[in-house]
Amino acid sequence: MEYLSLFVKSIFVDNMIFAYFLGMCSFLAVSKNVKTAAGLGVAVIFVLLVTLPINYLLNTYVLAPDALIEGVDLSFLSFIVFIAVIAAIVQIVEMVVEKFSPELYSALGIFLPLIAVNCAILGGSLFMQQKDFLNIGEATVYALGSGIGWFLAIVALAAIREKMSYSNVPAALKGLGITFITVGLMGLAFMTFMGIAL
Amino acid sequence: MDAKLKETILNPIFKGNPITVLVLGICSSLAVTVTLKGALVMALSVIVVCGISSLILSLLRNTIPGRVRIIVQLVVVAMMVILVDQVLKSFEATYAIDKQLSVYIGLIITNCIVMGRIEAFALGNKPWPSFLDGVANGAGYGLILIIVAFFRELLGSGTLFGIDILNRFGYVPNNLVILPPFALILLGCIVWVQRSIQKDLQEK
Repeated sequence: MEYLSLFVKSIFVDNMIFAYFLGMCSFLAVSKNVKTAAGLGVAVIFVLLVTLPINYLLNTYVLAPDALIEGVDLSFLSFIVFIAVIAAIVQIVEMVVEKFSPELYSALGIFLPLIAVNCAILGGSLFMQQKDFLNIGEATVYALGSGIGWFLAIVALAAIREKMSYSNVPAALKGLGITFITVGLMGLAFMTFMGIAL
Repeated sequence: MDAKLKETILNPIFKGNPITVLVLGICSSLAVTVTLKGALVMALSVIVVCGISSLILSLLRNTIPGRVRIIVQLVVVAMMVILVDQVLKSFEATYAIDKQLSVYIGLIITNCIVMGRIEAFALGNKPWPSFLDGVANGAGYGLILIIVAFFRELLGSGTLFGIDILNRFGYVPNNLVILPPFALILLGCIVWVQRSIQKDLQEK
């Protein structure tokens, strides 16, 4: 039951985009049509699901105070370790996918390398560090939930932007400006989940 | 100072602003704009990280093989961010810097402004212009951050830098402004104003 509540919470209440603004750059840049948005969304879920448990293990058994050697606190190294893990995993995942599933590779295309610098991925690991998860199961569920939350958000925005191309928007507000405001309004709608205690 | 150098400094602050024109670095920025102090700390951190990592990578630009440059960039940027984070941690108690800021300081590593300027400018230019370009882009980012934070703190809490401004006149703080989505709406309005002035930026 706790896993379920953590899962729902990480999708809706702690949504990466609407609650924390993580992964905004690619969110705004790659949301012009639904198909590419969905491709990027799937790639984000996938990479989060692989990197977050690994970073959890590293954080618990190597970086935490007294974990590796009694009396040594390595937590100041966490940024560099996390980003190195993410960059390495993205590279490996890219090679594996290219070798074993060329179809998926061509579908994900350029998104995989871009993901190494997507803040949602590093942000997931940094929030994991703050949340003190009890075991690796919780970290994995959190990764899956945040990934799905990101996926839903980018697909929703892409759908709205496709429709919006038919609307009459003031010239200076066209494109970037109206997208910012749309995301803000979507965020307000997502705020309704905030009061739900799970 | 010659005209080109001046252009390098002035362009990122208004005409080629990293946030409103290039759409870089929105990720880590908006959650820190609830208070003016948080925004100021974040802006200074980005200026330092962006300037110095541009300088270092520009010095190294002829020795880095093209294939591994992303990893080298990430390592240099991550090192700078760790330094900034450690400095901030030591001042945390004295200046009461918000603890949540630490997550967003860490996210400077993946802030596209830093990586973007290194890729686009520092790897092809001499150290001194690269350093100026990094600092100027950090400043352009900071400027937007401070404008957003000014309105959010003034309207959301009725204060500026924690000092009461509006509350003494019976102002009731507007909680909507504190919520994260309002930062985006405000940013949309800034883009609107800027593009009304600079018509050549408008999209078709």
